[in-house]
Amino acid sequence: MQINFMKPRKIASTLSIIMILISLGSLSFRGLDLGLDFTGGTLIEIQLSKPTDLEQIRDVLGLKLDDDFQVSYFGSEQDVLIKIPGGSENNLSDEIVSSLNESFKFDLRRKDFIGPQIGEELRDQGGLGLLAALLVMMAYIMFRFQFKFAIGALLALVHDVVIVLGIFSVFYIGFNLTVLAALLAVIGYSLNDTIVVSDRIRENYRKKRKSDNIDVINRSLNQMLGRTLITSLTTLLVLFALLILGGDFIQNFAIALICGVIVGTYSSIYVLCNNLILMNLNFEDLAIKKSEQFEDGMP
Amino acid sequence: MLRFQLWKIIIILSVISIGIIYALPNFYPPSPAIQITIDSSSGQISQNIARRVDSLVQDTSIKCSSNISSDAIGYESILIKTENYQDQIKLKEYLEEKLERDFVVALNLAPNTPKWLSQLQAAPMKLGLDLRGGVHFLMEVDSQLLISTRLESYLADLKRNLREERISMSKSEISDNKILFSTRTDASSEIKDYFKNNTVLNYKEIGKNQFLVEYSDQGLDELVDYAVSQNLVTLRNRVNELGISEPVVVRQGKNRISVQLPGVQDTAEAKKIIGKTANLEFRLEAESNTLMSRTDQFDFSNQRVKLMKQVIITGDKVADASVGYDENGFPQVNISLDGEGGTKMHRSTRNNVGNRMAVIFVERKIKTTANEEIESYFDKRIISLATIQSALANQFRITGLDSPNEASELALLLRAGALAAPMNFVEEGTVGPSLGADNIRVGVQSLLLGLTLVLIFMIFYYKVFGLIANVAVALNIILISAVMSVLSATLTLPGIAGIVLTIGMAVDANVLIFSRIKEELKNRLKPIDAINAGYDRAYITIVDANLTTLIVALILYTIGTGPVQGFAITLSVGILTSMFTAILVTRFLVWLIYRNRKNIETLWI
Repeated sequence: MQINFMKPRKIASTLSIIMILISLGSLSFRGLDLGLDFTGGTLIEIQLSKPTDLEQIRDVLGLKLDDDFQVSYFGSEQDVLIKIPGGSENNLSDEIVSSLNESFKFDLRRKDFIGPQIGEELRDQGGLGLLAALLVMMAYIMFRFQFKFAIGALLALVHDVVIVLGIFSVFYIGFNLTVLAALLAVIGYSLNDTIVVSDRIRENYRKKRKSDNIDVINRSLNQMLGRTLITSLTTLLVLFALLILGGDFIQNFAIALICGVIVGTYSSIYVLCNNLILMNLNFEDLAIKKSEQFEDGMP
Repeated sequence: MLRFQLWKIIIILSVISIGIIYALPNFYPPSPAIQITIDSSSGQISQNIARRVDSLVQDTSIKCSSNISSDAIGYESILIKTENYQDQIKLKEYLEEKLERDFVVALNLAPNTPKWLSQLQAAPMKLGLDLRGGVHFLMEVDSQLLISTRLESYLADLKRNLREERISMSKSEISDNKILFSTRTDASSEIKDYFKNNTVLNYKEIGKNQFLVEYSDQGLDELVDYAVSQNLVTLRNRVNELGISEPVVVRQGKNRISVQLPGVQDTAEAKKIIGKTANLEFRLEAESNTLMSRTDQFDFSNQRVKLMKQVIITGDKVADASVGYDENGFPQVNISLDGEGGTKMHRSTRNNVGNRMAVIFVERKIKTTANEEIESYFDKRIISLATIQSALANQFRITGLDSPNEASELALLLRAGALAAPMNFVEEGTVGPSLGADNIRVGVQSLLLGLTLVLIFMIFYYKVFGLIANVAVALNIILISAVMSVLSATLTLPGIAGIVLTIGMAVDANVLIFSRIKEELKNRLKPIDAINAGYDRAYITIVDANLTTLIVALILYTIGTGPVQGFAITLSVGILTSMFTAILVTRFLVWLIYRNRKNIETLWI
């Protein structure tokens, strides 16, 4: 049985473009729910000895702080998260903890202070890291494959990153440093898929020189379908394990990777291959270089 | 016939056995422990002390290793293991309260690695603060303040030099990290002379008799670099004074220092010791006829004191400081100066016997101004003003301190040295021990769940070959922990996530190989040929795919900090080890299973 992957490619392109537009729109109007890592500020997580009304905590904090702090439950009515944006004074968190200590009994779980300049730097570095990763990948594919593949792969990666960012923006899921790491891992994963598919397309082109490129791509995709599905499945299995058991710290990281794996699998089929067809990939593009070792003959 | 070269077998077996040996210590994690030492040079544990500690410990409900104290007789310290980190803190507080001040009670980790393993230098992975609990700080050198302080001293020196040439300045100011000054008479050649050998500063004549002096780029880099490396040493000393096991004090980037204190809970206390940018200045009291411009005014015990602006020495010349008591039982701090400091002190005091010298305590504080800007300023106060009894040299003392506590804190700060440049806290984090323990639990649980799911799936889908891939995955985890242990890399929660992700992705290589084998079988290749073709043809794809992920991991490592780096480390180690296990080891296992079968008809795949 052969699935004609490339038949609905126009629908797929439309879908991709719509998703990207929604993502870009949401990113520019709504933005990301940037975590403390990127904005700077103070975060305190406490576990109270008994369920406590948030108003009581707000009242105590109100004595020390201006209005712009957030207090929320986190899991149960005993776990409370306090977020104070900005803040230049690093002794603030110590003072808050000691004033809370006077009114409540609790276990201090976590306390973070991140200066505003650090947040700004991390934002810059994160953006630079994404760009660097994309460019290095493109260069690598140009070196190992060919220019048209590099363009296709780059578009596929940008597509994945934008859509995952878009999902985080639309659903306003907290975006912190670990999510950024996940996003870079998505690039790695998606590229993994792209390379595996490209590899097979190249191999098939060399076997049958005179075939139609849609046909070659379809055949390659069908041959790789089993592998693509299984790898995505095993990766998703472990990611769901992380999502369910990993706790709040890892949760958003897992969400980013799960979205990334799904979008990445889709993009290596439709974004990469669509672009290869659009750029009219042909046999001349894939003339054999010396480094290739496995041509027709069986070992 | 399947073939497999002997040298490959040897490599595989030796890597596996070395891997297992170096991964083993992770099954013996270190216990939280309390270390008790005696704070004096003759500090050996006697039988009496051991017995006392033992009985003190037994009086509590805290469970800990028994009789360890008597094993410590003759050694310099007692190590008491506790069951968990909460107990460790409790025990520390309890012992600190019960034992005299001569004893130093510190948090520590007691290794549990069997002897034969530790002889091979095998040790368990280090756990990050997010898994162990503790405090971290990121401190940044305040370059602005550093530069303006340095420029001030250059300006003073320049003025003195010009005065010797009988040239005086009409105006001078320091702003924006630049010195702007003008001279009354033409001084171009003298100033040129002055800056001739100075590579650090650049000067420009910007008008008639008007000059501008600023740091060269290289000079600026050197200045900050020097200050950071000096501060690094000082901070290490201060951290050591806190008595914590395995503290980490490292430079981060150009102008920052990262401090990690595992096990510490009380940030306020740690910050007080580490962050205090206290310094001392020793200055002479001004005589009544001294020019106003050369003096500073201070208030000290309800009286106005005029001190010379010139500083004899600062706290960084202090070699040692300890608490003592004077003849009347009042606390004092005994100070020893280094050679240079001693000489300077002697030169300044020998002609001033009978005059008074002040010790000024300089503390750097931060305030927020009305328009929300952060401003740092020096809070200077006189802590002692005493008559110089005789020419002072390398050894002298400060008396007149309020309490033994003040004396011991001052001595501690003096001993730990002064910071070469003021620093700000730019990042700070505390992870409580309960969260640390929870993080370990969720990390291990998700690792086990992910692993189980993948193992079941692989056996279900690839049967015998799935089993082979599973052996490779298990081996991969062992190798990752071995490599992490050997590199003494730190395992963090994102690091565990990296390992979990590696499990999911590492089977990809095997999936590629096995689906190729299936495909070749469909093309009616003989089983043995199909196996060979599967491995050979998938090889390049696997290398390509893994190399790119490795590149991403390396980028992550270079741009990332803390949590991101932890993830990047395990991811890259995992990729490298998985290439070994998924390609070489599985092929070896396939060879082991099928090598002696002459005619294989079907493969269980």
